[in-house]
Amino acid sequence: MASSPKLDAKIPQGEIDQKWTKYRSTVHLVNPANKRSLEVIIVGSGLAGASAAASLAEMGYKVKVFCFQDSPRRAHSIAAQGGINAAKNYQNDGDSVYRLFYDTIKGGDYRAREANVHRLSEVSGAIIDQCVAQGVPFAREYGGVLSNRSFGGTQVQRTFYAAGQTGQQLLLGAYSALQRQVGMGAVQLYARHEMLDVVNIDGKCRGIIARDLISGKLERHFGHAVLIASGGYGNVFYLSTNAMGSNVTAAWKAHKKGAFFGNPCYTQIHPTCIPVSGDHQSKLTLMSESLRNDGRIWVPKKAGDTRKPTDIPEEERDYYLERRYPAFGNLVPRDVASRAAKERCDAGFGVGASKLAVYLDFAANMMRYGQIEANKQNLHNPSKEQIRELGRAVVKEKYGNLFDMYKQITGEDPYEVPMRIYPAVHYTMGGLWVDYNLQTTVPGLYALGEANFSDHGANRLGASALMQGLADGYFVIPYTIGDYLSEEIRTKAIPTDHEAFVKAEAEVQERINKLMTIKGTKSVDYFHKQLGKIMWEKCGMARNAEGLKQAISEIQKLREEFWKNVRVTGEANEFNPELEKAGRVADFLELGELMCMDALNRNESCGGHFREEYQTKDGEALRDDDNFAYVAAWENKGNNAWELHKEELKFENIKLAQRNYA
Amino acid sequence: MSGNMNLTLKVWKQKNKDAKGALETYQVKGISPDMSFLEMFDVLNEQLITEGKDPIAFDHDCREGICGMCSMYINGRPHGPVKGVTTCQLHMRSFKDGDTIVVEPWRSAAFPVVKDLAVNRSAFDRVIAAGGFVSVNTGNAKDANNILINKDDADDAFNAAACIGCGACVATCKNGSAMLFVSAKVSQLALLPQGQIEKEARVLNMVNQMDEEGFGACSVTGACEIECPKGISLENIARMNREFIGANATKK
Ligand SMILES: Cc1cc2nc3c(=O)[nH]c(=O)nc-3n(C[C@H](O)[C@H](O)[C@H](O)COP(=O)(O)OP(=O)(O)OC[C@H]3O[C@@H](n4cnc5c(N)ncnc54)[C@H](O)[C@@H]3O)c2cc1C
Ligand code: SF4
Ligand code: FES
Repeated sequence: MASSPKLDAKIPQGEIDQKWTKYRSTVHLVNPANKRSLEVIIVGSGLAGASAAASLAEMGYKVKVFCFQDSPRRAHSIAAQGGINAAKNYQNDGDSVYRLFYDTIKGGDYRAREANVHRLSEVSGAIIDQCVAQGVPFAREYGGVLSNRSFGGTQVQRTFYAAGQTGQQLLLGAYSALQRQVGMGAVQLYARHEMLDVVNIDGKCRGIIARDLISGKLERHFGHAVLIASGGYGNVFYLSTNAMGSNVTAAWKAHKKGAFFGNPCYTQIHPTCIPVSGDHQSKLTLMSESLRNDGRIWVPKKAGDTRKPTDIPEEERDYYLERRYPAFGNLVPRDVASRAAKERCDAGFGVGASKLAVYLDFAANMMRYGQIEANKQNLHNPSKEQIRELGRAVVKEKYGNLFDMYKQITGEDPYEVPMRIYPAVHYTMGGLWVDYNLQTTVPGLYALGEANFSDHGANRLGASALMQGLADGYFVIPYTIGDYLSEEIRTKAIPTDHEAFVKAEAEVQERINKLMTIKGTKSVDYFHKQLGKIMWEKCGMARNAEGLKQAISEIQKLREEFWKNVRVTGEANEFNPELEKAGRVADFLELGELMCMDALNRNESCGGHFREEYQTKDGEALRDDDNFAYVAAWENKGNNAWELHKEELKFENIKLAQRNYA
Repeated sequence: MSGNMNLTLKVWKQKNKDAKGALETYQVKGISPDMSFLEMFDVLNEQLITEGKDPIAFDHDCREGICGMCSMYINGRPHGPVKGVTTCQLHMRSFKDGDTIVVEPWRSAAFPVVKDLAVNRSAFDRVIAAGGFVSVNTGNAKDANNILINKDDADDAFNAAACIGCGACVATCKNGSAMLFVSAKVSQLALLPQGQIEKEARVLNMVNQMDEEGFGACSVTGACEIECPKGISLENIARMNREFIGANATKK
């Protein structure tokens, strides 16, 4: 298989561990004086956007940052809980750049680009250094050094964390750096602004159309380059661990203006989320993967067992992950853990009212920690109660905020009874296709963070999204953007009365008018929920050709109905959350179809993409490397038609192998 | 539907920052105790849309108590009656069937209303821009474990850094003071070695910006600490006052 001529990944020559060093030292530079007249637009203020904005502004570029929340600090990166990976080998447990590279390629089920992943591992250590320098309060040991924990899919401890609020602390670090540049006038901030189109001129991306969400006014913004750092599209499923406003709109508009969409069907379903409690549910809440360090997952051995979990004796419990995957146990990768939970529940062993849940139980480790504490404190013959209390304090320090959140949502106390958990949509590995420079198929248009497809293949390892977002923003784009901008130093800022801006704005306005004038009978949420149901049932944890074909035709029908019958209240020229939602759901209704097409095209199982037709006799994902070791990059042909282009994935450093965690 | 609580809601409606607002009364039925307060508002808005009326605008995003976007003043208390939770994490099991609930926006001179229950808190961003950072450009850092930090200080810094920037402290304060918010950031950085070099300039600039934004003075009533959903402690204000006095004394 050869890659499509339209997809030049621009991977530098040379040995894998030399590519980035060499490239970084030879890529074209822009001199400081020229940087001052080059303008960069960044859509998104999450880890990827904020870190890129701060870094580029520090270098001297003129930067504009857009986000739809009222403050850049509220980007959904803030909600990341468990941690961030880095190959520091502080634990002396055999970690290295190579091992992180290897774990990531393998975890991604051999569907990621080697060169990108190696670069990610190489820069991972510098991220931690940068964050600490900013004052990010990571967890520490008594000796004053940084502390680490384990995450799934690895056998080393390389995850740095700040209680269960790692994303918050990292984002506030990047936000501080960004605000410092705002204060110095190097970045202009556009909060409560939504990007609604990109503007291309003579084949290059030259700006965006954005809507001021308070006044409803459309604005035109020029940039020599535009960076999309708008996050993931998990909300296409309606229920997910994403924030209510997370959306595909920015990436989708870029896609419709020429940026190919990579691997749209690769979705991560996270194994440990609080189960759905009723049809009022508006979002699902993650219980961090870090809990699998200390929580053991089980279901009763007897199907339909209705006893209280604490009444079920040890020998009548099935610790099915430890049983099936002894080498990794409860810390198998997410896709494996999710499917195993679904398998048990489908077979009738699920727990809780809905029977769509399994237990995550901390009792054993609470006692273990309690015993260690008792020893430390020289308590002789402590009572069971004392040990429990001591253990409880340890668990509280590690996961207190998560336990509180669980209790707040479910009304149950996880210190006393096991948590009930079930898989939920969490992350999208797919996204805008980018080359080694993070540039999309449109020159001057880049994608960073979760919005691009790049580093995680068909399954992302825990604690690697924060790493990737910050790698992209702090350490990759500041160099790679030079390759393009060094050629642009003679391009004067293009006035926004240029016909391309006028036309793009008129199109955005027309679409808004259309949404406002349908005045149908059903709310935006109604359509979003319907779409979510189709996607979850037919393009979720397990997929098959028949279901995907049905899903495609159901989505087409739903989309048609949406454009005839949606009701958007209020006015276009005011603060109007319903209108914002309507635009986003309209885009999801197109994306959903493409996701199903991609899933249907990929006649294999890999990572988070599980096609029921392709599995081993043990129910594990069965790849087809001969036919599918490629990135599927979809070109938008207008009117919901797409053409598939393939980027061949070459594995020159890691041998393709069946993943094995047993 | 899933529940059987019926409630009367009195909700602040205000078209935009310049319009006059007023409380409007709504009835909602069939509310489940497992719903969050915002999901109850989803039900109300769905009902209003079906009736062809304007739904209520309110801010929210993560719905898991961390982004700081949700901001409802419920029965006279920011984020409602339960201690230590944001509006989005408040569940209807904290209310009773038949209750009347009054819901208003954050009120403060520095937080103008955008629409209904949504307000503009960009004053906070400007306070951070004035000094809430360590001036370290990307690429300047040395190996992370070269900076050793006493675990207790690291934990205290983390506790201060847990502030979500929601503004409940300002909304509840009779003076509209932002001292708890500002002191949380000043404390975080004052507790860490990385923050030492700029500590004087930081506190002076941030306090100065805070005053310019129109936040009121602090009279240490402690209401902010009680209403803060993240348990940010008044000790931070004391620490900031010490930092401020110290910085003024050494000002050249
Ligand atoms: C609950 C949860 C827990 C997680 N925990 C972890 C973890 O422990 N470790 C880990 O590595 N990863 C974790 N992840 C994944 C990780 O947090 C995300 O993948 C990552 O933070 C995404 O960062 P980002 O910068 O790409 O996007 P985001 O942080 O989502 O930011 C998107 C930005 O784009 C803006 N935006 C979007 N659309 C538009 C538009 N049209 N116009 C203008 N602005 C727009 C938004 O305003 C926002 O500023 C978690 C994810 C979730 C949901
Ligand atoms: S100090 Fe507390 S109440 Fe004030 S903004 Fe921070 S989290 Fe909100
Ligand atoms: S919606 Fe994010 S804190 Fe409430």
